[in-house]
Amino acid sequence: MADISINFAGIKSPNPFWLASGPLTNTAYQVMEAFDLGWGGAVWKTVGIPIVNVYSRYGGLNYHGSRLVGLNNNELITDRSFEENYKEIYQVKKKYPKNALLVSLMFETKQEWKEHVKRAIDSGADGLELNFGCPHGMCERGMGSVVGQEPKVLKEVTGWVMEYSTVPVLVKLTPNISDIRDPGKAAQEVGAHGVSLINTIKSIMEIDLDTFSPVPSVDGKGTNGGYCGPAVKPIALHMVGSLSRMPGWKTLISGIGGVQTWRDAVEFILLGATSVQVCTAAMHYGFRIVEELNQGLSDYMDQKGFKSIEEFRGKAVKNFVEWGNLNLNYRVKAEINPKKCIECQLCVAACDAGGHQCIHTQENGSRVPYVDQEACIGCNLCSLVCPVEECITMKEIDLGKPYLTWKEYQKTAV
Amino acid sequence: MKGKSAAVSFIDQLECPRTELLFQESKPLYNEDQAVSEASRCLFCYDAPCMQACPTHINVPLFIRQIMTKNVKGSAKTILSSNIMGLSCAHICPVEVLCEGACVMNHEGKEAIHIGRLQRYSVQWAYDKQMQFFTKGKSTGKKVAVIGSGPAGLSCAAELVQLGHDVVVYESREIPGGLDSAAVAPYKLFSEDALKEISFIQKIGVEIKTGVSIGKDLSISELEQKHDLIFIGIGLGRDSDLGIPGEDLSGCAGAVEWIETIKRTNAFDPGTVRNAVVIGGGNTALDAARELKKLMVPKVTLIYRRTESEMSGYKHEKDRAAQEGIEFLFQTIPLEILGHNGKVDGMKLVKIKSENGKLTPVSGSEFSVSCDFVVKAAGQEKLSELFSEVKNLTVKNGLIQVNPETLQTGSPKYFAAGDCVSGGEEVVYAVADGKKAAKAMHELLMKEK
Ligand SMILES: Cc1cc2nc3c(=O)[nH]c(=O)nc-3n(C[C@H](O)[C@H](O)[C@H](O)COP(=O)(O)OP(=O)(O)OC[C@H]3O[C@@H](n4cnc5c(N)ncnc54)[C@H](O)[C@@H]3O)c2cc1C
Ligand SMILES: Cc1cc2nc3c(=O)[nH]c(=O)nc-3n(C[C@H](O)[C@H](O)[C@H](O)COP(=O)(O)O)c2cc1C
Ligand code: SF4
Ligand code: SF4
Ligand code: SF4
Repeated sequence: MADISINFAGIKSPNPFWLASGPLTNTAYQVMEAFDLGWGGAVWKTVGIPIVNVYSRYGGLNYHGSRLVGLNNNELITDRSFEENYKEIYQVKKKYPKNALLVSLMFETKQEWKEHVKRAIDSGADGLELNFGCPHGMCERGMGSVVGQEPKVLKEVTGWVMEYSTVPVLVKLTPNISDIRDPGKAAQEVGAHGVSLINTIKSIMEIDLDTFSPVPSVDGKGTNGGYCGPAVKPIALHMVGSLSRMPGWKTLISGIGGVQTWRDAVEFILLGATSVQVCTAAMHYGFRIVEELNQGLSDYMDQKGFKSIEEFRGKAVKNFVEWGNLNLNYRVKAEINPKKCIECQLCVAACDAGGHQCIHTQENGSRVPYVDQEACIGCNLCSLVCPVEECITMKEIDLGKPYLTWKEYQKTAV
Repeated sequence: MKGKSAAVSFIDQLECPRTELLFQESKPLYNEDQAVSEASRCLFCYDAPCMQACPTHINVPLFIRQIMTKNVKGSAKTILSSNIMGLSCAHICPVEVLCEGACVMNHEGKEAIHIGRLQRYSVQWAYDKQMQFFTKGKSTGKKVAVIGSGPAGLSCAAELVQLGHDVVVYESREIPGGLDSAAVAPYKLFSEDALKEISFIQKIGVEIKTGVSIGKDLSISELEQKHDLIFIGIGLGRDSDLGIPGEDLSGCAGAVEWIETIKRTNAFDPGTVRNAVVIGGGNTALDAARELKKLMVPKVTLIYRRTESEMSGYKHEKDRAAQEGIEFLFQTIPLEILGHNGKVDGMKLVKIKSENGKLTPVSGSEFSVSCDFVVKAAGQEKLSELFSEVKNLTVKNGLIQVNPETLQTGSPKYFAAGDCVSGGEEVVYAVADGKKAAKAMHELLMKEK
């Protein structure tokens, strides 16, 4: 049996799965239930000067009968008092000493940060997560993503926390920025132990075609919210990978964004994440999903022969390269397996419109199409639209030529 | 001349209560959520095989996509512009051998998209909201008579009216719709829903005169004088007799006649039947047997002269009948219907063997069964002799002969389609051909102008 426990800059966790700061980690009741069901850790709902929320907070993106492919929210940080939060954090930590309990914080003044770093640690926090990511409501008050978007400010505020904290500090990054490496570098330079990413993406979920209001509608008006759930995973993976492959990067990463299954989690770990945080999936299906996360991860590791997470963490980073380093002498061509083909001809329509017009129907009346191998540019589109698994495959063609990158090609061309 | 040209609903002429209301729909109406999630499964195939398999070539992938995007009105319009009886067809098409049978999902071992149910969801949604999609075209001053208000006649009439011609549909029955409203199994389609659909066809501007039998109430020559062209959509006639003793006993009925009774009236009392026999091997026989079973008749036996695999009824219908507990006697024919006090109480039968395709009774194999109700489903008579006086109009084996491209008969003024041409198919074919005939008639009418 593989060992799935982790050590995140000194924060020990029986597995890499943490509940992300949010509605799942609002109360002791929730976090204790989650720990009972097998979650390794939790990041407490962001503590700050208590706010007031609006009614109707969520919008969902449903696609082709699948619900909540994306979720958007305009919830703010905790609406509970400091006393309630710190008392319950203390209760949880006392009862669950082996689980990782981090506390997310968001404040404005140095004085406030100083006071609450201490109070959180006194309550038993194993680590702190600085919420510089919330893209709605809080940023208008000079907190959340406005801090994350300004590397100088991020460094200054993180510096204060580093000064007062006796436990590891993670900076939660916002994706609402043109280059994630800028705040990443700032966090590393100021000595943060880790970064958590991504927080939610600014979004408008939907416009109601009858009331003309964004959804969710609060009395006929809507605001931008934060986008998360399965749809954001590709963006999150890119940001995590961009930090991991940066020369000199050594800060630990807590990967977040669209994790639903153990497979998603493994992808984050392969791109360098040490722990993985989950929000939408558990909001959708409940805490019980952790069972599949733990089991799937452990089975995968057994199957691959990985004894610990460290053994495979970051294994995909070196393969995530710039376009200019890809091999121009590599060829693939589409191939249709006529035995699997169900004759929908979606590949014909797709290749004709968005490919290179090289998939054709047969003269003999059969509905199974064929690929003109000469004309095929191996773009992949047909295999993506084909509804049957492994029906269209991309076959490698050996040109017998060496690896040639764009950079090298340019040199030879000159 | 008698004849009601009811702009009002014919639904009021159905008895209430009536036997058909005892049936439950076998494919209930989807709600929005069910429809959208079923529609979401459709792949939106290119050059879609489902669309090719539909005799009326409804753009199936398009209408399903419109349901998915909640453009239900658009989807209903897509359906009805190809098939004006899209509601009936959605209920009653043998989709297993038409659109759904062609769905590519079958190739992948997945359940075919439920095209019929989606079609029903769409059209019923629109009709429940009283949406009228089509109107009468700019008048051409041309007059067309349509004989028979079945699917062939109504489809032809609806098309011609949209093209601007004046059309009168003559119907000998008091209630229009032909077998679509009279004979289709009530667990597939209630008479009432068929008639609702007809009310939308009337609103396009199709005039229906019921209770007018051409050849009796109005002569063919009169009809010819009054109209530029004539469309024949008279379907088939009454149930064929078996030609054996005892058919006149009470408790022995023709299938179509009996089904029409249960669909329109309350005259049949299922409680009085304990042990029914249906004679025949086609879809009508299977329908009648299943209807009896669904009316809680304890024992229902279907008797067919050939083997199981030679039945002309659909295999899927036969399988359902067997599942529902209907018993089958193959290679058997009735010799006599036995009675007591003028009422059916049994049947004398004989086993049949087949030699080189010839059926002969097995001597000494006669036997009797008891039963208290007999339904004859051995086909319908042909009506087309009515037109034997029309010059150059050819009738062969009781079927009107037409040019398959134009559906024009040998007599240029007459066109024909539906069961009276095919000998008995499905509603959707009658609709397709009625429309095809209308197109050719329109061309001819405009040439004459
Ligand atoms: C028991 C049964 C069940 C069926 N079930 C199905 C099913 O589930 N699905 C399916 O698709 N098909 C089914 N069919 C077949 C379908 O009903 C027919 O194919 C279809 O109705 C044929 O249409 P039509 O317009 O040609 O003829 P009909 O529907 O027969 O209409 C002809 C009309 O012409 C009228 N008429 C006849 N003579 C005259 C005259 N001289 N003057 C004026 N009017 C006249 C008749 O009264 C009738 O209303 C079934 C048929 C039967 C018998
Ligand atoms: C309703 C809701 C409230 C959230 N509140 C917070 C918060 O208070 N603090 C925070 O750092 N992130 C918050 N987040 C962001 C999540 O922690 C997480 O970064 C994001 O949802 C992406 O992960 P996911 O795709 O698994 O949902 C919230 C997310 C949601 C859906
Ligand atoms: S998309 Fe796939 S299944 Fe469909 S026709 Fe092309 S190869 Fe066949
Ligand atoms: S009309 Fe009948 S065959 Fe055509 S698509 Fe509709 S249900 Fe299928
Ligand atoms: S064949 Fe099936 S999947 Fe394809 S368009 Fe038709 S209904 Fe949809």
